[in-house]
Amino acid sequence: MNLIVCVKEILDPEIPAKAFKVDPEAKRAIKPQDIQLVISDYDESAVEAALKIKDSVESKITVISLGGESAKNIIRRCIAMGADEGVLLSDPLFIDDDSFATAFVLAQAIKKLGDFDLILCGRQEGDWDAGQVGSGIAELLGIPSVTMLGNIEVKDGKVVVERVVSDGRESVEVPLPALATVSSEIGEPRYPSFRRVREASKKEIPTWNAQDITPAESRNRMLSLFAPPREVKCEFITGETPEETGINLALKLKEVKAI
Amino acid sequence: MTERKGAVIVGELSDGNLAPITTELLSIGRKLADELGQELSALFIGSGIGETANEAIFFGADKVYVIDKPLFKDYLTDSYVGALEKFVKQIEPELLLLGHTSLGRDVAPRLAFRLETGLTQDCVELAIDPETKLLQKTKPVYGGNALAIYVCEEGRPQMATIRAKVVEPSTQDTSRKGNIIPFDPELDEAAIKGKVISKVKEEITGIKLEEANVVVCGGRGIGGPEPFQQLEGLARMLNGAVGATRPPCDAKWCPAYYQVGLTGKLISPSLYIGIALSGASQHLAGMTGSKTIVAINKDPEANIFGIAHYGVVGEYGKILPAFMEKCQEFLSKT
Repeated sequence: MNLIVCVKEILDPEIPAKAFKVDPEAKRAIKPQDIQLVISDYDESAVEAALKIKDSVESKITVISLGGESAKNIIRRCIAMGADEGVLLSDPLFIDDDSFATAFVLAQAIKKLGDFDLILCGRQEGDWDAGQVGSGIAELLGIPSVTMLGNIEVKDGKVVVERVVSDGRESVEVPLPALATVSSEIGEPRYPSFRRVREASKKEIPTWNAQDITPAESRNRMLSLFAPPREVKCEFITGETPEETGINLALKLKEVKAI
Repeated sequence: MTERKGAVIVGELSDGNLAPITTELLSIGRKLADELGQELSALFIGSGIGETANEAIFFGADKVYVIDKPLFKDYLTDSYVGALEKFVKQIEPELLLLGHTSLGRDVAPRLAFRLETGLTQDCVELAIDPETKLLQKTKPVYGGNALAIYVCEEGRPQMATIRAKVVEPSTQDTSRKGNIIPFDPELDEAAIKGKVISKVKEEITGIKLEEANVVVCGGRGIGGPEPFQQLEGLARMLNGAVGATRPPCDAKWCPAYYQVGLTGKLISPSLYIGIALSGASQHLAGMTGSKTIVAINKDPEANIFGIAHYGVVGEYGKILPAFMEKCQEFLSKT
């Protein structure tokens, strides 16, 4: 099967809240000096979904990413996890903070790659949390889409996806070619092996720019970006021993009528 | 080109009633429609809807459109997007609002792209800009660390999905009058790709997280599935529910439906106790509505202490038993 996975490099969502700062002019978070960008969580889940398919059916996995030069790092990580090829889409004219503008560029890149069976995307990115690019790509390419994939099976040219919905799961059959957005219920993404990390570091990763792919305009405009201030001051409960602390906590909560 | 008019909300039903998200949508929809001096309509899609949808009139809608056909019994992207596309192209609303629900999350993005308009999802605030009259859409970004406000200047309708419980639902006014209008999107059923094979409903025992007054959440530091039984004991004692951050759910230490956070359940209990969890922004985004926040973590720098009212630095395994015993003492006296 010919699988394509879309991945994005973002600011690590796990950085301590104190380190998180917004540039209101640029309307972006400020990347702290000493902190690496990471692959967006759900994109890693999408790679894992592709690898699960590759575990059971002979497949080729191509990873594409719209970003800066450093996004090659995450493409290499995906190759080290088990993907086969990667392409970077990079140009100052490529917009990465509007769902339509981003989906448009990714869709064109996918068309340029040639035939495919299944495209996998994370259900939402850890920076803008928009949750639209996957479905948007499918609409632009005119293929069926399923979202919130928790499990996937490929059989006889059809894909059966177990979707995670608010009150449980539903199994949906979808004809190929198609696109699926993936949620973390797919399972823990596998760790790359040392050998594969070494191989991935030597892999040639082409870059396509605005000469190869037409950029698009945004459909939404961001008026402002701000981090609401945190006002709560934590009162720390202590004690001579952990047991005493536990008792003191109970006493405090009783005192403030929380219990 | 005809003038676009009106706000439309896509309603949902649950257990034969208007789902809570629907009354919330009607509330914000009414407010926005009034500010624009326009009508509010509600749209329901399904099979065997009956008269329940009509109650939307009592909650603020001027019109209720009903698409009621066997084709729509099970949710499928193709059929619902197709129906909404036909509806929007005929009715031409200015605003289209949905809940950020399983339905909203799946149908809205595809529909927005089909209609070539701008959608903003998981909004926590919607307002009409007094000068431009555009819909200002506010949503959490960076995993909940920040808020962004968007507008869609060109595409129509302006689209948004709204998070559950950020809007006070409207109150019922049974004297309100309105029109109930059936709508047939006349879809080509052969063009619908995909089919629903089976559905499994989650068996949730005990109090639902979203409704619990007390929630005890476990994080990565819990270390495994067995300690969750201790948390369950504590929750039971306090008449509450147990939740978790994503790592324990991903590691299958607890059921997936325990997950509280930006992509999990949103909770607003009177008392929240976070145990061995760091307080990643994605989790905080799901529980900042809690009235009293308590955290136990062995790392004094843990993020959770930045929003907790009361904190304990230490190993939960050593602190909890004494805490629970003392709580039990208080509870038996009342």
